[in-house]
Amino acid sequence: MKKNNIKARYGDRIFITCCYLLLIVFSIVCIFPFLLVISASFTDEYTLLWEGYKLIPSKFSTSAYKLLLKTSQLADAYLITIFTTVVGTVLSLLITSMMSYALSIKKLRIRNKVAFFVYFTMLFSGGMVANYLLIVKYLHLKDNIWVYIIPALINPWNMMLLRNFFATIPESLAESAKIDGANDLTILMKIILPIAKPGLVTIGLFYALSYWNEWFKAMLYIDNEKLITLQYLIMKVLRNTNFANTVAGSVGISVNIPTYTVRMATVVVTIGPIIFLYPFLQKYFVKGLTVGGVKG
Amino acid sequence: MTESSNIVKKKKQSDLLYDLKHNRFLLFMLLPGVIFFIVFAYLPMIGIVIAFQDFSAAKGILGSKFVGMENFRFFLGSNDSFRVTFNTLFLNALFLLCNMFFSILIALMLSEVGNKLFKKGAQSIVILPHFISWAVIGLLAEALLSTDTGFINGVLTGLGMDPVLFYKNAAIWPMLLTVFNIWQGAGFGSIVYLAAITGIDQEIYEAARIDGASKVQSIGYITLPLLKNTAVLLLIMSVGKIFNGNFGMIYSLVGSNTLLYSTTDIIDTYVYRQLMELGDLGMSSAVGLYQSVLGFIMVTIANKITKKLNPESAIF
Repeated sequence: MKKNNIKARYGDRIFITCCYLLLIVFSIVCIFPFLLVISASFTDEYTLLWEGYKLIPSKFSTSAYKLLLKTSQLADAYLITIFTTVVGTVLSLLITSMMSYALSIKKLRIRNKVAFFVYFTMLFSGGMVANYLLIVKYLHLKDNIWVYIIPALINPWNMMLLRNFFATIPESLAESAKIDGANDLTILMKIILPIAKPGLVTIGLFYALSYWNEWFKAMLYIDNEKLITLQYLIMKVLRNTNFANTVAGSVGISVNIPTYTVRMATVVVTIGPIIFLYPFLQKYFVKGLTVGGVKG
Repeated sequence: MTESSNIVKKKKQSDLLYDLKHNRFLLFMLLPGVIFFIVFAYLPMIGIVIAFQDFSAAKGILGSKFVGMENFRFFLGSNDSFRVTFNTLFLNALFLLCNMFFSILIALMLSEVGNKLFKKGAQSIVILPHFISWAVIGLLAEALLSTDTGFINGVLTGLGMDPVLFYKNAAIWPMLLTVFNIWQGAGFGSIVYLAAITGIDQEIYEAARIDGASKVQSIGYITLPLLKNTAVLLLIMSVGKIFNGNFGMIYSLVGSNTLLYSTTDIIDTYVYRQLMELGDLGMSSAVGLYQSVLGFIMVTIANKITKKLNPESAIF
C-alpha cells in the first residue's frame, strides 16, 4: 500500500511537470505570431522580402512607423473607433442593463413573454439582405457614424447573461429597502447596481470589444474613407497589398515604400491598446463570465 | 379549444394590464429594449418575402414580382448548395469538437498547476488571442504561411524541405482553420471549465488521495465525469448554431482566393457574394432563409434532447 502511494506521488510529480510544460508550449504558440509581427514591423523592407519573416530582424528599421505617422488615415480610423467604442459601450450598457434588470424581477408578470420575445431573435433573423435594406433605404444610416452604434445597441446574448447576473441578487435586499421607504429608482441606483458591478463590467467589456473589433458594418455601409473603423482599415490592408502605396501617395513619397512592413506596423499599432489594457480587465471578465455564464 | 385559448388571451391581457398598474417603472425600463428588438430584429423579418421574389431595389418589396420557390429551386439545384452546406457543417463540427477538447485540456492543466503566478500568467496569455479580430489574425496568418516569405516555409526550406504552398492547397485548409480556431478560442473557452473544476468539492479529491489515487486517476474518475454536464450543455447550445458559419474568419483568412473555395466556402460567404458581388438580393435572401430554417430545426432538436437529459437547462 505504502509503496503504491509513493509510486503514485512520483507519477503525480511527472504529471504536474507535464502540465507546466504543455502550458508553456501553448502559451508560446499563443504569443508567437504577435512577436513575429512586431519583429517584422521593425525589419527593413528588403531584408523582409529577401529573408522572410524572422523572430529577430537581421536589419532593423523604423521606416514603416515613420511612414504611418505621416498619414492621417490611421489617426482618423482611431478617432472613429474610439468614439464608437466609448459612446456605444455606454449606451449599450445603459439600455441592456435597464432591460436585464426589469426581466430579472419576479413581480413583473410579462417578463417570461418578453424574455421569449428576445430569445426568439437569437434563433431567427430576417437575414443580411433585409437588414441592409432597413438600414440603407428606410433608416438612411449609410455613411453615418451612428450605423456602428444604433443597430448594435443590444446583444440578446449579453442581455440574457446580465439578466442571470441580476437574478442572483437576493430579492430580499430590494424588499427591505422598499419597507424603509426607498422607491424603485433609488433601489436600483443605491443597492442593485453596486452589487452588480462585476457583471456590468464584464458585459461592458464584451460590448467594448465588439465595437472595437467592428469592421463588417464599415464594409457594408460606409463609403466615406474618413468614417471607417480601425479593424476595417486592417481588413483593407489585408486584402490590398498596395495599401502602403496609397499611404505613400497621400503624403507624396514615391520611392522605396516599405509595403510589407507597413502592413505589419499597422497591425502592431492597432492591437497595442488591447494588449496594454487587457491585464487590467482580465480579472473582471473571468469573474463575471463564471457567475452569469455557468447557469446558461 | 377556442374557449381555452380565450382564457389564455384574457390572462395575457390581464398580465400586461397588471404590470401597467403595478410595475410601471419596470415597464418603462423595458421600453427602449423592446423598441430596439422590434425595429432591428422583427421588422427585418418582413424582408423574408424577398426570398420569394425576383427582387429589385427600385421596385421595393411591394412592387417586385413574386416568383414562388424559384430562388430556392435555383440554389438547391446548383452544385454550390451541397458544397457550402457541407463545408459549413463540417467546419463547424470540427471547430466545436477540437475547441472543446483543448478548452477542457487547458482548464485541467491550469487547475493542476500549483504556482499561482504561473497560473495567472499562463491564463492571461492563452486568453489573449480571443481579443484579436479576425482581420488581424488574417495578417498574422500571412506572416506564418506565405509561400515566399512566411515563417513556416522559411523553417522548412532551412531544414532542406520543400515549401508548402498553403494558399494554393485547399485540402489542408480545414485543418489550418481548426488550428486558428483553437488558437483564438480554446483559452477563452477554458474559463467556464476552469470555473466548473474549481467548483468541485475538494473533499472528494482528498478522499481519493487517501485511497491512493494518482492525479491522473482523480482526473479520469472525478473531474471528467463531473465536467460532463457542463460540456454537454455547451455542446448542445453550440449545435443550435452549427449552420451559422464564421464569416469574419473565412473572409479574413481565405478572402477571395477561389483556389480554396472547395473546402472553405460556407453559406455565409456565399450569401455575401450573392449580395455584394452579384447584387442578387432575392437569391441571397433565399439562401439566408434556408440557413435560418435549418438552424431553427437544429435548435429545436437540441432543445428536445436537452429536455430529456437535463430538463433544467432546456431553453424553452
